[in-house]
Amino acid sequence: MNKKDLLNLIDITVSFEGFLALNKLNLNLKKGELRAVIGPNGAGKTTFLDVITGKVKPTKGEVIFKGKSLVGRKEHKIARLGVGRKFQSPRIFENLTVKENLEISVTTPKSPLNLIKKSIKDEQINEIERLLKIVNLSQKVNSKAGSLSHGQKQWLEIAMLVGQKPDLMLVDEPVAGLTDEETDLTADLLKSLAGENTVVVIDHDMEFIRRLDSNVSVLNQGTVLCEGTMETIQKDQKVIDVYLGRPED
Amino acid sequence: MSLSKIKFDKKIVLSFWIILIALIVAAPTLLPVFRLNLLGRYLSLSIVALGVDLIWGYTGLLSLGQGIFFALGGYCAAMYLQITSSSEFPNNIPEFFALYGVEKLPFFWEPFRSPVFTFFAIWIIPALVAGLIGFLVFRNRIKGVYFSILTQASLLVFFNFFNGQQKLINGTNGLKTDVTQLFGQMVGSESMQRLFFWITTVLVIAAWFFAKWVVKGRFGNILIGIRDDEPRVRFTGYNPVIFKTIIFSIAGGLAGISGALYTVQSGIVSPQFMTVPFSIEMVIWVAVGGRGTLLGAILGAVFINYAKSLVSEALPASWMFIQGGLFILVVTALPEGVLGWIQGDGPRNLLQRFGLKRKIETYPSLEVNNKDGNNE
Repeated sequence: MNKKDLLNLIDITVSFEGFLALNKLNLNLKKGELRAVIGPNGAGKTTFLDVITGKVKPTKGEVIFKGKSLVGRKEHKIARLGVGRKFQSPRIFENLTVKENLEISVTTPKSPLNLIKKSIKDEQINEIERLLKIVNLSQKVNSKAGSLSHGQKQWLEIAMLVGQKPDLMLVDEPVAGLTDEETDLTADLLKSLAGENTVVVIDHDMEFIRRLDSNVSVLNQGTVLCEGTMETIQKDQKVIDVYLGRPED
Repeated sequence: MSLSKIKFDKKIVLSFWIILIALIVAAPTLLPVFRLNLLGRYLSLSIVALGVDLIWGYTGLLSLGQGIFFALGGYCAAMYLQITSSSEFPNNIPEFFALYGVEKLPFFWEPFRSPVFTFFAIWIIPALVAGLIGFLVFRNRIKGVYFSILTQASLLVFFNFFNGQQKLINGTNGLKTDVTQLFGQMVGSESMQRLFFWITTVLVIAAWFFAKWVVKGRFGNILIGIRDDEPRVRFTGYNPVIFKTIIFSIAGGLAGISGALYTVQSGIVSPQFMTVPFSIEMVIWVAVGGRGTLLGAILGAVFINYAKSLVSEALPASWMFIQGGLFILVVTALPEGVLGWIQGDGPRNLLQRFGLKRKIETYPSLEVNNKDGNNE
């Protein structure tokens, strides 16, 4: 554990009726870091996010975020502490417009009284406009989010995530179903967010991970198999065995 | 095309309002007092329907127990009327107590001597009960059909309690209000009933504007968010439990007001207000009128109930079939309800089907809602 660390996962074990989704997982994240997490299906990638965001309570172990334990806290409390999450398939509010979706994310404080009494602040409107420009949705501001294309939905959700101003962004498969061009743009966007924010990206797409040019953690059977740059990972025999597959003879 | 469509819509809305206001103003003079009283009752039911629309149409909480709060409001009003009109009865307490040998007024009746207390109790007591039930249920993350079952079970608990307490609130007989006095006049009298019609009309409009205000803006968007994807709302940092409790409480308060108005116009409140079918009917009014439209809830409540009384007069015992048929029609053919269908693409699709309107060849957003007006 290091004082500069934003997040420490210590010996996290999650057991679903005997099946170990995570098994003594240890992972540390520095402030401002961009980290990619890869692993074969069933390696525990999504459970790992569920534990941090409070959806799943670990059977054993500790999650320390900004010096505070997150275990046992409710999801909305963890979100307010500064953990934002983007889901695997785009989870946006399809019956609301793009603008209304972003309003929900940038509004603070997130109490009913504030929502009903006060109108949205000017700086929040500016923030929405800034986000719309970043993700190229300015033209669609008053369209129903449900009418957007898949890629636009992914980006709207990323914009919502950024609008929440989280210290830690957890991004689950942001490029699933995107075109190559969109994938490249998303990679650039995530890279630009790191530094100011700490970003964890989970994905299968190796080209995309390579493009992120970040440290990579490889998960297998609920535990961290290996950590390092893309080059180190690719040379690691264990990783090759379980994930990249043996080179065919 | 787009411009003419907008103008057309505005004309419809405007003429709708003119007709509505004209009808309301004309009703007391045109309708015989019997019909006026019926209309007043059905209008008061539209307030509970507004509450159902808020919790079901907007927030996705299908409550089958709104009868609880409706009856509570009715009982509050009836207790006040009974107690202020009981001076000539033995012990100065409402007449029915003598039947069961009760000589002392039960303690919870005491505050209802005050008109001010009653005025607030009518909506605050149901709202508090709803808030409490809601909080306990929502905190435990009970959702969907389990929530519906729980509300229905609560309804049965309340029904059985009220039904069995002769010595406290006259049990199954309920509390009569039409022979009680208010402002020195008999509540059941023609002039009072006309007054109640006006009060109801004003309150329906007030409740409608209140509901519109609640669902407007970010608060309403969170409600829709909870309906469509509650975990997402949670991960964005909002606590859905509080939002759900608030809106359920608001719906409870509206139900209370509705119940009080219904009671004074029908002349009695009884545990019959807490029967299972009645609470389900409330949901049907909203489903037929149009979920998530507010106006649909009002129109659904008034028209279905008016139709019910007309049909029942002409063909007794056939109403249940018609109501069932209406519900099946809405579920299968008009899932958005009648108003939702009109506001959506319903009428255009129907005209197209009969070849009366050109089919859309690309996207509606290009051909119909074209902001530049370049098309056509």
